[in-house]
Amino acid sequence: MKYLMLVCLDPDLDKSKVGDAPDVEEWVAENDGKGVRLLGDRVRPESDATTVRVRDGEVLLTDGPYVETKDLIAGFDVLECTDLDHAVEVASRHPMAWGGVIELRPFWGEDD
Amino acid sequence: MDGESASEVIAGIYADGWSRIVATMIRFTGGDWNLAEECAQDAFTQALRTWPEAGVPRQPLAWLTTAARNRAVDRMRRASTEAAKLRRAAREPAPPPYTRDSEIPDERLELMFTCCHPALRLDAQVALTLRSLAGLSTAEIARAFLVSERTMGQRIFRAKQKVAHAVIPFRVPPAHLLPERLPAVLHVLYLLFNRGYDEPRDPAGLGREAIRLARVLVSLMPDEPEAQGLLALMLVQEARRASRFDQDGEPVILEDQDRARWDRELIGEGGAILERALRRRRAGPFQIQAAIAACHAAAPSTAETDWPQIVGLYDELTKVAPSPVVDLNRAVALAMAQGPEAALAALDALADSGRLDGYHLLAAARADLLRRVGRAAEAEECLREAIELAPSEGERRLLRRRLADW
Repeated sequence: MKYLMLVCLDPDLDKSKVGDAPDVEEWVAENDGKGVRLLGDRVRPESDATTVRVRDGEVLLTDGPYVETKDLIAGFDVLECTDLDHAVEVASRHPMAWGGVIELRPFWGEDD
Repeated sequence: MDGESASEVIAGIYADGWSRIVATMIRFTGGDWNLAEECAQDAFTQALRTWPEAGVPRQPLAWLTTAARNRAVDRMRRASTEAAKLRRAAREPAPPPYTRDSEIPDERLELMFTCCHPALRLDAQVALTLRSLAGLSTAEIARAFLVSERTMGQRIFRAKQKVAHAVIPFRVPPAHLLPERLPAVLHVLYLLFNRGYDEPRDPAGLGREAIRLARVLVSLMPDEPEAQGLLALMLVQEARRASRFDQDGEPVILEDQDRARWDRELIGEGGAILERALRRRRAGPFQIQAAIAACHAAAPSTAETDWPQIVGLYDELTKVAPSPVVDLNRAVALAMAQGPEAALAALDALADSGRLDGYHLLAAARADLLRRVGRAAEAEECLREAIELAPSEGERRLLRRRLADW
């Protein structure tokens, strides 16, 4: 089962409570090694974002993000896991689960 | 074997075996909850059709599991399920009936913890568990949550969708993850208890079963005061069972109950358990509700009840578990503590908020207060509204009798 792991910032987070978060390099190496992490990267901030729409056949570009998310999305990973418990376990060992928020979205897949 | 005794046997197996068969089929179908429930239902239907003539098989639960498994393969075939999944299911023999595989010392409790996955909202966990494992109907669950059957149906549907789409596994949680699932399991037990409590007789023994499971839970998780709070609450309520209905099975309100028939032993046991829980100084909604029930149980009559104390407890309850039903109960206690005017103001505010629209007990309580402040015509109108809204014939009769007495 594939999950999109959205790695997000938490602006309300009290930095003093983050604790001893795991190391991201180790997390990447471990999960790449196991074949759990299929790909992923950090993404550039909203100031580098471009929004694309096609209206009446015309491609319209806007400088900036679609929704003002205040740079909430910091990166993403694609995981291959047996089930949600497995994905939660992997996500909970990512440093941004400690210093931010992680959202897991299952891929739509072939069914329905 | 004659038909009647076969169906009695089936009813007995249903009470104990339904959740085990559903659990087995959830696993067999690779997490298809709807299919699992349908097959379990089919298996029992088949038993009702064949056992009266052919006799009860020697291993009824294994028979039912096999029947459910065969139905599952049939249904998967007809639904042209993904080939690989179907091949796997068709090859697999019927799994053995579910047996527990954790330190949780009771199968049904283990299944409840398994069902209450924290990736689902609390109310969805509770509704799904009541529907799939306890076999309550969507209508019954909707009534317990004070929502329409349609709303509850959608809620259960969405929960099952998420289970399927996000691949939420049906797996017994390890011991260290039990506490985060406890609130949902406590709710499941309390709603099961209430389901049995609302009837003059509790033919399925839901009340006893909920109390039994709460006892297991308290010994499994001795550091959780809310589990003790729930057990205390149920014991004190159970103590009043005999006085809650008259000989004709009509409900009797608290004020008119014969307190000599309350079971002092159960009240004492509940009180002692509550006291132990409160010493931990982590009061939660079940402990507070148990304290309110204990307050009623200790009073020799309605007039001699410590109403100011009860109002104070409802204030505490509002802080930890706000709900319009709590506001309603608080207003009723307020009427006893301070008089009908103060309470009427609280009820009017509640009625204006629309949060209890269609709830007969709000209308009944308002009718009572209106009458006590001398607004007889409005009171009567309000009571007629309550009669219209009441969900059961018993409650309608109770309210009609009250109207006749006025």
